[in-house]
Amino acid sequence: MAAIATLKDLYETLSPGLPGAGAAGLDRLRADGYARFLSDGVPTPKVEGWKYTNLRDLAGVSLAPAQTTAANTDIELPSVAPGKTHRLVFVDGVFNAALSAVGTLPRGVTLDSLRDLIESSPATAAEVLERFPAPKADTGLRVGPNPGRGQSGGLVGLNGAFLAEGAVLTVGEGVTLAQPVEIVFVAAAADGTWHPRLLIDVAAGAEVTVAEHHVARGGGATFANIVSGVRVAEGATLRHAKFQEEAETALHLASVTATVAASATYETFILTTGGRLARTDVQVRLEGSGASTRVSGAYGVDGSRHADFTSLIDHVSPNCTSREVVKGVIDGRGKAVFQGKIIVRPDAQKTDGHQLNRALLLSDTAEIDAKPELEIYADDVKCSHGATAGELDEEALFYLRARGIPADTARALLIAAFLDEVAGEIGDAALRAYATARIQDRIGRLTGITVDAVDAAVEE
Amino acid sequence: MLEIKNLHATVDGKEILKGINLTINPGEVHAIMGPNGSGKSTLSYVLSGRDGYEVTEGSVTFQGKDLLAMEAEERAAEGVFLAFQYPVEIPGVSNTTFLKTALNAVRKHKGLPELDAMQFLKLIRAKAKALNMNDDMIKRAVNVGFSGGEKKRNDILQMAMLEPSFAILDETDSGLDIDALKLVADGVNSLRSAERSMLVITHYQRLLSYIVPDHVHVLAYGKIVRSGGKELALELEAKGYAEFGSPEAA
Repeated sequence: MAAIATLKDLYETLSPGLPGAGAAGLDRLRADGYARFLSDGVPTPKVEGWKYTNLRDLAGVSLAPAQTTAANTDIELPSVAPGKTHRLVFVDGVFNAALSAVGTLPRGVTLDSLRDLIESSPATAAEVLERFPAPKADTGLRVGPNPGRGQSGGLVGLNGAFLAEGAVLTVGEGVTLAQPVEIVFVAAAADGTWHPRLLIDVAAGAEVTVAEHHVARGGGATFANIVSGVRVAEGATLRHAKFQEEAETALHLASVTATVAASATYETFILTTGGRLARTDVQVRLEGSGASTRVSGAYGVDGSRHADFTSLIDHVSPNCTSREVVKGVIDGRGKAVFQGKIIVRPDAQKTDGHQLNRALLLSDTAEIDAKPELEIYADDVKCSHGATAGELDEEALFYLRARGIPADTARALLIAAFLDEVAGEIGDAALRAYATARIQDRIGRLTGITVDAVDAAVEE
Repeated sequence: MLEIKNLHATVDGKEILKGINLTINPGEVHAIMGPNGSGKSTLSYVLSGRDGYEVTEGSVTFQGKDLLAMEAEERAAEGVFLAFQYPVEIPGVSNTTFLKTALNAVRKHKGLPELDAMQFLKLIRAKAKALNMNDDMIKRAVNVGFSGGEKKRNDILQMAMLEPSFAILDETDSGLDIDALKLVADGVNSLRSAERSMLVITHYQRLLSYIVPDHVHVLAYGKIVRSGGKELALELEAKGYAEFGSPEAA
C-alpha cells in the first residue's frame, strides 16, 4: 500500500522532532505504534468488524499530523455550560493555550495537554500513557475462522506512532468536580490530520463530567484519528459525552477503551452529525462486581455520508449492568452501521444487559446495517437486544397535519421525537439539554424547520 | 357552511362512497349513523384530507371554498377538525409542543399573531381545567399512556384550543364508559355555537342522548338512504339497520 511507504518517510522525518523524542519510554511507545500500524495496516472490509465501513477514502489523505495551530483566537467555541467549565482547546489537532481555560481545579485534579506533560516530564507522561489499556483486537472468547474481527489495531498504532497531542485528566480519590471538563477540537484548516490521545483517570469514589466536542470552524476535509483511554475506579462515576459535529467532508475515526471497577459507573453518550465518514468504536469492560455502564448514541446522516457506531460491552464480573440505546436518522443515500456486542463471561452471574438500536429511514435509498450480538457464558443473567429500522409513522403524520401542522414541520417534530428517547438516556441535566439542542439544530438543518418546544416552560 | 355534492370515493380501487349529498348550515349538528362498513369513517377521512382516499366524482364546498383541493393541514387551518376514532399516540412529542405548534400554524394561516409560551400555557391550562385534565396530562407525550377516555378528552381539548368552525366527531363514543362519555359530551356541548357546525358519526344512538343532533342521516353502503330529526336515532336503535339492505343490494 502506497500510504505505508509514504508513512515510513513521514515517521522517520517527524519522530525526532516530536516532544520527548529520545526519552526511552516515549520512543518505545511510538515505535510500538508504528510497528502495529505496519503489521495491521488500515482496516479493510475483509476484517469482520469493518465489513460495512470502507476506509478507501483514506487513500487520498496524508496520515502525518499537523504541526501548527491557528494563531487566530477569534473562534466561537461550543460549550455545554459557557464560562463554567475547565477547558482544553485543540485547533487542527494542536493544543492551543490561548483558547484554553482550565481555571482553578480542586485539589487532586489535574488537566493537562499531553504535549505539555511530555515536555515537562517525558518519563511521567510515558508512565501515564501506559496505565491505560489498549483496545483489544480480539473482542470475544469465541475462536472462529476470523479471530481478527473488530480490530482497529492499525489505526490505534497510527495514533501511537505520532503520539504528542491530547489531553490527560486525572481526578483524585473522592473528589467531585463541580464543573464539567471540556475538550474541544476545532477544525479550522481546509485539510489536516490529527491523532490525539485522550486519557481520563477517575480515582475511587470520584465524580466528573466530561464533554468532548469536535467541530468545524472553517475546517473542511480533515481527518481525526482519536484514541481514548478511560479508567473508572471503584465507586467512581464518569459521565462522558461526545459531540461529533465536524464538516460534512471530514473523516472521523475514534476508539474508546474504558475499564470500570467495582460499583463504578461509566455513562457515555455519542452524537454523530458531522463527517463524510464517522466511526466510534466503544469498548467497555465491566471489571468489578456491581459496575455499570450506559452507552447511548444518536446520529444523523444524509447526502452520501456514513456513520458507524460499534460497541463492545464486556461483562467480566458478576452483578454488573449495562444499557445501550442507539438511534439514528438516515436520509438521502446516507448509510449507517450499528454493531453492538455484549459478552457475558463465565463469572459474570447476575448480569443485567440491555441493548436497543433503532434507525429511521427517510428515503428509499437510505441504508442501515445492524449487527447486534450476544455472547453469553454465564447461566444466571438477564440480557436482551432489539433492532428496528422503519419509516416515519404515517398515522402520526396525518394526526399532526389534521391539526394544521404543515407536513414538513410534522416530519421535523416526529424526527425530533424519535431521537428524544436517546437524549433521555443522559443522566446529567446540562448535558442532556445541550444534546437535545444539538439534535434540534441538526434536524433544523436537515428539514429546514426549527421546532419550538415549550416543555421547559411548563416546569415553572 | 359545508356542502357535499354527489361525492364518490375509492380506497385501494374499491368504491366506498357512492354519491353522498349533504348540506350542513352554520350552528347545525348532524349525526350520521350506519352499519359497520357503510363508509362512515371513509367520509370523515375524505373530508379531513387523509392520503389514500381518492375522490372520483363530486365536490365538497366549505365556506365557499373547494375543500378537496386543500392539503390536510390547510383544511385544519381553514377550520375543519377531525376528532379521531382512535387518537394516535406520539411518543417523544409533548402535548404542549404539539398543540402550540398546531395553534400557531392555524393562527398564522388566519393572519393572527402567534402566541408565546406564556400566553399559550395560560390558555391551555384554562381549557384543560374545563375538561378535568391536569397539568401532568398536558405535559405528557401526545396520548402516550392515556386511557381511552383520556385520549378522547385530549382530542376535545385540541378542538377547544383550535376553535374550528366545522368539527367531525368520528365514533367519539367508541371505547368509552358512561362517565367518560358524559365528560366528553359535556366538552363537545360547551363548544356548540351558532357559528360552529358538527358532524357526529356514530354506530350507536347512545352518544346522541348526550350530543343531541338537529338532523340524523343513515349512511348505508356508500349512500345516505334516509334523513330525519333526532327521533330517527331512537327508531334505529329499536329496529337496527336491517331494513337498509346488504352490501350486495347497494
